[in-house]
Parts: sequence; structure tokens; C-alpha cells
Amino acid sequence: MQNYLWLIPFFPLLGFVINGLLGRNFSEKAVGAIAAGAVLASFVTAVLTFTELLGLSPASRVLTQTLYQWLATGNFGVEVAFRLDTLSMTMVLAVTGVGFLIHVYSVGYMHGERGFSRFFSFLNLFMFAMLLLVMGNNFLLMFVGWEGVGLCSYLLIGFYYDRVFDETTGLTCAGAGTKAFIVNRIGDFGFLLGMFLIFATFGSLDFETVFSKAGASLTTPQVSTATFTAIALLLFIGATGKSAQLPLYVWLPDAMAGPTPVSALIHAATMVTAGVYMVARCSIIYLQAPIAMEVVAVVGLATAVFAATMAITATDIKKVLAYSTVSQLGYMFLACGVGAFTAGIFHLVTHAFFKALLFLGAGSVMHALSGETQITKMGGLRKYTPTTFWTFLMGGIAIAGIFPFSGFFSKDEILWKTFLHSPVLYVIALAAAGVTAFYMFRMIFMTFYGAPRMDAAVMHHLHESPKVMTLPLMILAGLSIVGGWIGIPHLNQFEHWLEPAMARFIPEGAALHAEAHEGSFGLEVGLMAVSVLVALAGIYFAYQMYLAKAGAADRVAARLSGIYNLLKRKYYVDEIYDALFVRPLLWLSENFFWKIFDVKIIDGTVNGSAKFFGGVASVLRRWQTGIVQNYAVTLVLGLIVILGYLLMR
Amino acid sequence: MPLVYYLLLSAILFGIGVAGVLLRRNAIVIFMSVELMLNAVNLTFVAFAAHLKNLEGQIFVFFVMVVAAAEVAVGLALIVAIFRVKATVFIDEINLMKW
Repeated sequence: MQNYLWLIPFFPLLGFVINGLLGRNFSEKAVGAIAAGAVLASFVTAVLTFTELLGLSPASRVLTQTLYQWLATGNFGVEVAFRLDTLSMTMVLAVTGVGFLIHVYSVGYMHGERGFSRFFSFLNLFMFAMLLLVMGNNFLLMFVGWEGVGLCSYLLIGFYYDRVFDETTGLTCAGAGTKAFIVNRIGDFGFLLGMFLIFATFGSLDFETVFSKAGASLTTPQVSTATFTAIALLLFIGATGKSAQLPLYVWLPDAMAGPTPVSALIHAATMVTAGVYMVARCSIIYLQAPIAMEVVAVVGLATAVFAATMAITATDIKKVLAYSTVSQLGYMFLACGVGAFTAGIFHLVTHAFFKALLFLGAGSVMHALSGETQITKMGGLRKYTPTTFWTFLMGGIAIAGIFPFSGFFSKDEILWKTFLHSPVLYVIALAAAGVTAFYMFRMIFMTFYGAPRMDAAVMHHLHESPKVMTLPLMILAGLSIVGGWIGIPHLNQFEHWLEPAMARFIPEGAALHAEAHEGSFGLEVGLMAVSVLVALAGIYFAYQMYLAKAGAADRVAARLSGIYNLLKRKYYVDEIYDALFVRPLLWLSENFFWKIFDVKIIDGTVNGSAKFFGGVASVLRRWQTGIVQNYAVTLVLGLIVILGYLLMR
Repeated sequence: MPLVYYLLLSAILFGIGVAGVLLRRNAIVIFMSVELMLNAVNLTFVAFAAHLKNLEGQIFVFFVMVVAAAEVAVGLALIVAIFRVKATVFIDEINLMKW
């Protein structure tokens, strides 16, 4: 099976090529079957590989396959090689599994859309790039996938390139795609610098080589902590871009301009978690950079709180989910920052289930309501779209962290590890968990309960989505419920499975500063109860404000109008970035780079040389009188000079 | 007669030809001046051939005369063609080859 690793990313690539080149001639069914079939083939291959990995002893669960030498210059060589250890296996299963369900859903959701085959070819290209990202065996190949998913994200956000996304700011869908692309570029710059520094330090970009050398540094220090910190922070800048963390999260809410399955697949379940995967992949580097770990934890927690508060006032169903995604990604980074990499990946997986479910559910709601996204214009949908309601509710409970849904186990694992690391961070993270439950149930109550608030025309068309859409919802709902059971504390199968991928580079007898103290079992159970109570309190508040007492939400908003407006306007971050970076850059570009550097210096040089020769020629061309006799005189004079010279010699 | 007389005559004829080419306006006169220059050269050839007792100079003169005949045919045709278009053969009125 080892030699078939390349098949996993190959199938979606094949699907992309077929649908991309010939798709417009095919029927929707054929396009959908090719695209979803390609992902299914990858998933089946991945499952087969998974069973093979399970058959190996935990320490030797690494499969690699080298396709060919890509670059070889001097002492720098890069191979196109795939690596499947337990970490990338987890990612591959989540990506192809959830990806397949979303492909199936998309066949129903995108029915009748212009650019149907374009959509599916991009979606397959994305799957290819994402699998390249998680399966690459060196930093450069990972970077290729990293950029590839960024490209597909851009293409799919701008899928409705002729539509306006945000009426208030005039942001077009194409503009939203550009925004995502440019913001990601800033992060990628950090990633690139990190890669350069890794090569300068370790002399290779190959995972095995780099991490072995980094691990060896634990027992016999060869690389300074400062270098480790620099590498870790630079890579983390890349992660903040791709995974939408402070301060580069601004692109994700606007990425909702894309079709909803895209939001589910790329901007919730897979691509945005690439940063978490990268940090977990480089855990051996992060473990030796305590300052960087602290930064990761604090940035993650700050993002979790910050985004959760913005989700409270958002009224666009997809934007609530977008802020929620940013917030949950913050939790994953918090886990990585406190040294609980497996908990971070665990949350990544459960989050992929329930957030994909929530996004697809939101898509189903929009489908039922003729494309309406404002939750202020919904309400009472419980009766009309029962399947969507029940599955959405499962997702909501899972993300709120109620026992025994998947979100409970993964979030609690993070909270517990955070508590062991620092009780202060724990309290803040717990508060954010309460806010999560609050905004999630605010959305559920406003969408599915109460009196219908939509127009009569929309009301008339109300219908439950077709089977092809509800079936993936039901499967994902099932996964959202049971998905967390792989990581039940103390019989944590997931940790046993994942740990060797990280621990294999830690040499025997090496001392790690992390995991200094293990808390008692009783304390852990107590804290679990606390976090469930906090989540229930959040739900209760949402119930009181949005369902039980009519107008309660408006009264609170009026009383706290200062805070309300601050949240409503998203802390003015877009405006601040606009004033601080976008406008100065535009001004500089227009008034210096364009009007001075380009026009005066570059064009000036080119036009100046032309002017110079033109000027000289305008004098010299007088020579050409057009009178033959003048030329003859010159001839004769020349002859006389030559003769004179010959005679005088 | 000494060689130098022939050469002097030849030089005088050549100088008259050059002056005619440079100074006259009428294209036909200029043309005749060119012929004068050619024949001045021919005279030099013949003079040297006689002086050195060598036939090559004489033979070369035939070549020059053939070329000159061909040149006359082409040149006169050109002048006729220009005259048809511009109704003049004064070369300061047909100076088109300029900036």
C-alpha cells in the first residue's frame, strides 16, 4: 500500500482536469459524479492506508513515498515525497471524508447554477492542494499545497464574480476574494521567511531531517532557543494568515461571499485548519521555543474571545458561523500554545464535523428561503425544514460543548490542558465557551423558533432541501454526536494514536518543561461540570433574550448601545486597517509608485532616451537636403581630402 | 607628344565635368557632364596604355563605354519619366529625398 500514497491526491487532480477541460459539455449529474467520485476514491484509498497503519506498531506508523527529485542544486534538494504518519493520516481522513460529504451536498446546492462544472473543478483542485499540504514530506511541498489552497480559496470566494457581496461597503465577491488572497500573502511571507531560516539552521527542508536535528537539540543543545523562537514565530505568522487569527483574521468573514459549500469545506473544515496542522507538525520546534508557545496561546485565546463577541451581533447567518470558526480556530491554537497539540488536532477534527454541518445547514436554510441570509428575516423554520432543524441543532449543541456531543470532549480537553498550564487563561477560555453557546443558540432561536419574519413570496417557496443535501447533513450530525468519543478522557484513544507522530523526534531521556503537573481526576470532572454549566448558562441567556421575552434583545442593545455598536461594527477593525494600511498604501502607490516612480523614473528613462536621439537627429537631419548636388559636393570634398593626404604623405 | 599633355587634358576635362555636375541645374546637362568625366578617364586609360605599351588599358575603355551607354539609356529614361510627372528637369525642383 505504501506505493499507492500518491493516489490519494491524484484522484481529485484527475477530477479537476476532466471537469475543468470537458466539464461544460457534461450534464450536471456527470460532473457531480466525477467530482464526488474522485474524492470518494481518495477517501477509500485513505481508509485502506489507515487500516494498514493500524496494523503497524505505534512507533513505526510512518509511510513515505518519494515520487521524484524535484530540485537539486548544490546542497539544496527537494523531493516530491509524501508522508503519511498518524498526524497527516488524521488530516487526510477528515479532509477526504468531510470533503466527500460536502461534494455530494454541493450537487444539490449548486443545481442549476451557472458555472456548475467550474465550481466542481475548483473544488477538486482544492482537494488536491489540501492533500498535498497535509501529505507533503517537506516544507516546500507543504508550501505548494499551502499556496494551492489559497488560490482555490480565492477562486471560489469570487465564484459569483459579477455580484456585490456587501451592500453597505460595496464589497464585491471578486473583491472579497482579492482581500482573502492579499491578507494571506502577508502570512505567507512569514512562512517563507520561516522556511529560509529552517534551511539556514538545519540545512534541509525535509521533515525527517529537520525534526530529527531539532529533537537532538533537546539533549545536546546545538541550536539556540532564540533561533527556535524566531522560526516558530515566523511560521506562526503564516498560520495566523491561513487560519484567520489576530491580526490577520479579517479576510474570513468576507470569504463568506463564496457559495455555502465552499464556506463549509474551505473556510470551516479544512483549509483554515492548515495553520493548526502546521504548528502541530512542527511541535518539536515549538516545544523548544517557550516564548513562541506563549505567543501562540495568547493570540489563540485573544482571537477566540474577540471573534466570539463579534458573532453575538452579526445578523448574517454565514457571518455568525464565520466568526465562530475564527473563534474555534483560536481554541485550537490555544491548545497548541499550552503544549496540548493532540487536543488541538482533536478539536480540529470534531470542529470539521460540526462546523461543516452548521455551514451546510445554513446553506440548506438559505436554499429553503430563496437565498436569504439575514437571520432577522427568518424564524419559525422548525416546522418547515425539520431535517435541517434537527441536524443544525445537533451541530449547535456540539459546538456549545454539551455532554456527550463531540465538541464537549475536544473543547474540554483544551480547557483542561489550559487549566493545567495557567488558570487565568482557563477562566478567559471558559468565558469564551459560554459566549459561544450564547451566540450559537441566539442564531438557532432566531432562525428556527418564533414567528416567521420572511416575505410572503419567500414564505410561499419554503421547502425542505432535497435528499442529496439532507443526507450529508444527517451523516455529519451523526459524526458531530459520536465523533468525540474517540477522545474520551483517560481512555483517550485519539491521543494514543496521534502522540507517536509528535513524540518520535523527542530523543530518549530528554526533559521537556511542559506537562509539569498532572491534575487530579476529581478536579478534571469538576471542571467538566463547570464548563457544561457555563454552556447551559449561555443557552439559557439566549433563550431569555431571543425567545422567552419579546424585545428583550432590543432593550439590552439599547441600554448597552456603546458596546452594541462596537460589536456591530466589528470593533472597527476593517476601518482601522483601511485607514492604517490600505489607504496609505493606495496613496503611496498612486502618488509615489505610479505618478513619480513609474511615470517620472521608468517612463522618463525610456522616453528620455527617445527624446535625446530625436533631438540629436533633428540637428543632423539637416544634412540630408535632398539636393543631389550637395551630396556630390561632399563626395568631391572627401575625394580631395583623401588625395591631399596621399600626396602630402 | 609627352604623356603629361594627355594627362593634363584629361584632368581639365574631368574638372569641367565635376564643375558641371556640381553647378548646373538641368538634369540633362548634368548627365552630359558625367559623360565628360567618364571620357576624361577613358583618355587617361588610353594615354597610359600607349605609353606603357600595354593593351589592358585600351580594353578597359571598351568596358567603360559599354557601361556609359547603358547608363545613358537608363538615365535618360529616368529623366523622361520625372519630366512627365513634374514637368521639369531642374533638379532643385525635384529634391524629394530629404527629411
